[in-house]
Amino acid sequence: MTGEIDDDVIILMTGVNKWFDDFHVLKDIDFSVRRGERVVICGPSGSGKSTLIRCINRLEDHQGGGIVFNGVELGEETRRTAEIRAEVGMVFQQFNLFPHLTVLENCTLGPMKVRGASRAEANQLAMEYLEKVHIPEQMAKYPSQLSGGQQQRAAIARSLCMRPEVMLFDEPTSSLDPEMIKEVLDVMIDLAETGMTMICVTHEMGFARTVADKMIFMDEGRIIEEGPPKEFFANTKNERTKLFLGQILSH
Amino acid sequence: MKLQRLTPIDFVIFAAVIAAVAYVFYRVETVLVYNWDWSAIPNYLFRWDEATGGFVPNLLIKGLATTIRIAIWTMVVASVIGTILGVARTSKRLFPRLVSWAYVEFIRNIPPVPFLFLFYFFIASQIMPLLGIDEAIHGASPGTLAVAEFLFGPANLMTNFAAGMISLSMMSAAYIAEIVRAGIQAVPKGQREAGQSIGLSGIQLMRYVVLPQAIARVVPPLAGQFITLIKDSSLVALISIQELSFLAMEIAISEQRFFEVWIVTGAMYFIVCYSCALLFGRLERRIGVHRR
Repeated sequence: MTGEIDDDVIILMTGVNKWFDDFHVLKDIDFSVRRGERVVICGPSGSGKSTLIRCINRLEDHQGGGIVFNGVELGEETRRTAEIRAEVGMVFQQFNLFPHLTVLENCTLGPMKVRGASRAEANQLAMEYLEKVHIPEQMAKYPSQLSGGQQQRAAIARSLCMRPEVMLFDEPTSSLDPEMIKEVLDVMIDLAETGMTMICVTHEMGFARTVADKMIFMDEGRIIEEGPPKEFFANTKNERTKLFLGQILSH
Repeated sequence: MKLQRLTPIDFVIFAAVIAAVAYVFYRVETVLVYNWDWSAIPNYLFRWDEATGGFVPNLLIKGLATTIRIAIWTMVVASVIGTILGVARTSKRLFPRLVSWAYVEFIRNIPPVPFLFLFYFFIASQIMPLLGIDEAIHGASPGTLAVAEFLFGPANLMTNFAAGMISLSMMSAAYIAEIVRAGIQAVPKGQREAGQSIGLSGIQLMRYVVLPQAIARVVPPLAGQFITLIKDSSLVALISIQELSFLAMEIAISEQRFFEVWIVTGAMYFIVCYSCALLFGRLERRIGVHRR
């Protein structure tokens, strides 16, 4: 890799561009995340925020620019892709738990099949994380038997069982009923306190203020503004950012 | 089923149906002047064997056994081929997708009878000698032969049986491929993404996430396919496989008792198919336990 290699930077995007057919969804994105940093990305729908984080674990591929994860350039070779994905945990808006497996089995699948852990080790690991997300008693239940908040917490535990270096959150609370949003955000705050590197796409600005080291506002495929939360909220520089914050903070 | 309150319309429909059935019987009695004679039929189901001193299955029951053997073996072979084709249809690579698509479209757009004759005469002459079934039978020990006969039917007809069974399998495989493909594609994209995000490889994804979910969706249509197969197996009568319809045809002609023979044969098919339908219904309910 050329240029200054800052060991602390775990994700580096330079000049990243992406098209869905003709639609230019990511435009000249320069984005970096340091180890242990918590980044919150906000913006209107269609701004490309989900696409941006999905490029980090190659659920989407990019056509222009470069993405470096942990020193590895993300490209076409599929062999490295699975390895990289094991290092990046992702929590989805729709939870995406495996319905045919119990909560415990959802959590142990990755460690057992990808990392080769024994069933006993995997079970122990899974129970550890299920306790951290406060649902150890749900281990034998199937996802359809859990509430939305419990499902999302199970999904978080499932990702954490792979002991990833980075956790990506794609609007994790957007599908939840209001009374369940707090329990999931609390788990995410606990996770932030353990020093996990987190990139979160969310509209929950209260959470952002508590947890984020860096706020990013995206619109129409570009990063419009970024900065520490204090400045971002108090001294918003860009008009579009102000407009957006005005809309979502009025609730 | 709970009986709803019967309305006048129900009575009208009921009366109309009774009238229609009575009319058909009346026409059969007066116009066809048919002498019903069921006496020969029981003998064709089971006959008294002097040597063993008991009732022994006769042609119709033997035909039914062949039909069931054909249905089961065809289902097994067609499921294997069909699953491979179905997975190939969803492959990212062009070649498997194209080949399986072509195969499925070909079968779906040719009626069974032309395909059956084409394929049967092709494989009977080309592939059967290669399979060497006759040699295998001649060289087999009595014990092996007994097991083989239980599974596949009389030894002298085994090559024929295999030919008919393979032809039917090639046809069914196309329909099963579509069922499997639909099942795989019904698994939400988010499932694949979740599996990928924990680092599962393509094969692991299929095996632990996609196929288990596809299979649960695929069992009801596959059960239906099996029942269709029991009925469609009567097609192989055209290539002289001694299954139920073929033998029923022979008996009807030799005894000149068309109605009786075919009514009994139809009833036999019905009993087998309906029993399977009930069985699969129970199976589906058990599988549906932990899905929403």
